Amino acid sequence: MDNIAGQKSALAWAVNLSVAVLVILWIIPTAGLLVSSFRSGDQIDSSGWWQAFATQEAQQAPIRITGAETTEGETHVIAGHLFTTGATVSAWGISSREPAAFAPDETADLGGGSSLTVAQDGSFTLSSPTSFEGARLPRVFTTAATPPEFTIDNYRNVIFSPMAGQSIGQAFLNTLTVSIPATVIPILVAAFAAYALAWMDFPGRALLIATIVGLLVVPLQLALIPLLQLHNTIGIGKGYLGIWLAHTGFGLPMAIYLLRNYMVGLPKDIIENARVDGATEFQIFVKIILPLSFPALASFAIFQFLWTWNDLLVALVFLGTGNDQQVLTGNLVNLMGSRGGDWEILSASAFVSIAVPLLVFFSMQRFLVRGLLAGSVK
Amino acid sequence: MNPALYALIVILLGIGGCIGYFWTANFLLDKVLFPARGANIGRNINRANMVRPWVFLFPALFFLGIYLAYPVFATLSLSLNDRNGAFIGLGNYSRMIAEPKFGESLRNNMLWLVVVPAASTVFGLLAAQLTDRIRWGNLAKSLIFMPMAISFVGASVIWKLVYDARDASLPQVGLLNAVWMQFGGGFWSLLLLRILPAAILVALIVAGALAAWAMVRATPGGKLSANVLRGIGVVIIAALAYVLGGWGLGLLTAALPYGRPQLWLQTPFWNNFFLMMVLVWIQTGFAMVILSAALRGVPEDTIEAAVLDGANPFQIFFRIKVPQIRGTIVVVWTTITIVVLKVFDIVLAMTNGQWETQVLANYMYDKFFRSFDTGMGSAAAMVIMALVTPILIWNVWNARKEMR
Repeated sequence: MDNIAGQKSALAWAVNLSVAVLVILWIIPTAGLLVSSFRSGDQIDSSGWWQAFATQEAQQAPIRITGAETTEGETHVIAGHLFTTGATVSAWGISSREPAAFAPDETADLGGGSSLTVAQDGSFTLSSPTSFEGARLPRVFTTAATPPEFTIDNYRNVIFSPMAGQSIGQAFLNTLTVSIPATVIPILVAAFAAYALAWMDFPGRALLIATIVGLLVVPLQLALIPLLQLHNTIGIGKGYLGIWLAHTGFGLPMAIYLLRNYMVGLPKDIIENARVDGATEFQIFVKIILPLSFPALASFAIFQFLWTWNDLLVALVFLGTGNDQQVLTGNLVNLMGSRGGDWEILSASAFVSIAVPLLVFFSMQRFLVRGLLAGSVK
Repeated sequence: MNPALYALIVILLGIGGCIGYFWTANFLLDKVLFPARGANIGRNINRANMVRPWVFLFPALFFLGIYLAYPVFATLSLSLNDRNGAFIGLGNYSRMIAEPKFGESLRNNMLWLVVVPAASTVFGLLAAQLTDRIRWGNLAKSLIFMPMAISFVGASVIWKLVYDARDASLPQVGLLNAVWMQFGGGFWSLLLLRILPAAILVALIVAGALAAWAMVRATPGGKLSANVLRGIGVVIIAALAYVLGGWGLGLLTAALPYGRPQLWLQTPFWNNFFLMMVLVWIQTGFAMVILSAALRGVPEDTIEAAVLDGANPFQIFFRIKVPQIRGTIVVVWTTITIVVLKVFDIVLAMTNGQWETQVLANYMYDKFFRSFDTGMGSAAAMVIMALVTPILIWNVWNARKEMR
């Protein structure tokens, strides 16, 4: 279509530009979180993530001088470094009213004969005729250029030394425990049902298909309380078995619908030939239908996996909130409540939780798209 | 027991059980109950074939019945009881309607139902049309589609960083506030914050007026029901136009708080839009993928004919392509509508319904699991059910039409 009538180049440019703008708008929020997850808490607080790659000149938080005292003749001296990073001081001061009163290497008079010198690289010398023992050491305000700095400490923290009750590593395993059986079981159940609905003739089939299409829409909010009561009555209570069953039930209409739509399109001859050759329905299903339906099965598997991995509501209702059952999404919501401003913790945790879905998404995108199309477009 | 081991055992039991069930049932059917040999071979085969579909369907029907069909009725009956299980008729509903939070949820939900499907579909259509014509279109599509894989909670964290606000004396960490702080009332502020949004609102009003005019003009003297529906449509469009006009006027005249970082999520009414943005961000990719497939399905000769007649690209898009994919647009719209009605995670994670952002699904969760009021919670769930019912009927009606 592009070459029907000679595209105008201006228009082509406009299209490319618009798509670029759209793509940038769409990836910027995620990029921001990703960049933040590799910065230290101090850095996140002192500049926006979009400045993370540039050396920046900014006023730093005040630093109180510490260090061991040495004596050089009559004067008592404390010397050391203000920064552990490679920052370069461009101006400094000793009061919050004049944070940039001095240039590097200038000496400030602190009164009582004591003085402070700060060099460009952040090294300082504090000297006084009397001992600093017991005295309150001055605070230094600096304006400094800090080089970009990235760290994986945030990930190390959230995975290996989390706050009590917020173990991301454990939650990761819990989520995996929820989503794998909740993906595998509905596929099996749905495949048989879809085969029956697609290739077997029986009274009430049309009604059944219509019912399943209707159930596609039923909001699962409706199911929560009655099912929780049911689970408690039959003794499953809150636990993995309950959530597997619930996800199976909720995923089935979609699974049956997708798989039936696909199976109806399989060639009739193969199935009938097999029947004539004396294969049982079970053999036909296992040896012919299942292998031929692989694309549909894969696409549903991806859907169901993403859905169960990303789910919050079902897990909140059907699983306990203890550390041994808490899933990643629940964990993240708790973190947002308790440590809403600690972006280094929040961003690293969020990335741990979305890493697997993103991986699945990028590696299996073809199947995902195929499944979407099979389900929505005629 | 170690949960991983437990999971493994359940998977094996589930798969084994499934296969075992189907294999055994078929074996019983074919070899024991109705063997395909002996005197009654024909009758036996027929009987086996009559029973078999139900054998295949049984587990699915069992799950569907217990996990989806039964709860609809159980919730209905729960909604008629108070929290102790005593029957109180419609008492929960009247109590709920009297609650200001419920009215707020309903209003917000209406807003979500209008804005999110519309915005996602429009962005999706735009992205589909644009990416279909460029060389790196597939890459662009993947990137726009990517938020589909991210959980609503993860997306909430991502956007909370965008909306983050600090005191004006500190560097802004949230991108939106960093951008906002650049505005000070000069030329660019005037253009980007007042004239451009107002122009968009005017464009929307004009589009609505055109749609309303098309509805009024279309085949007068048709069926009465069609005319009534059309009338309702025109009234809705008129109401929307009135609201949008009010916003446009407000934008042009308001004194904008320049120089102060905004608490985007705590500004009543507008914070709803900042929450909706998260869902639009997620759903646009979905709309784009499906609409782009539909656009590719538009027959080439209709486009060629239009090109020969001298149509420009905009005319081709709006007059030739969009009308031909109208069915798909409706499907996308409905699917996103259903998602909107169920959405709860975004509100829970970002504001938890504070600052007048409550929506029905979160309201229901509040009643169920914070106030432990099953009656009110069930009543709220029934309201959600009532809102999806038209879509349910439409879906079923469509499916039946297709099967004939």
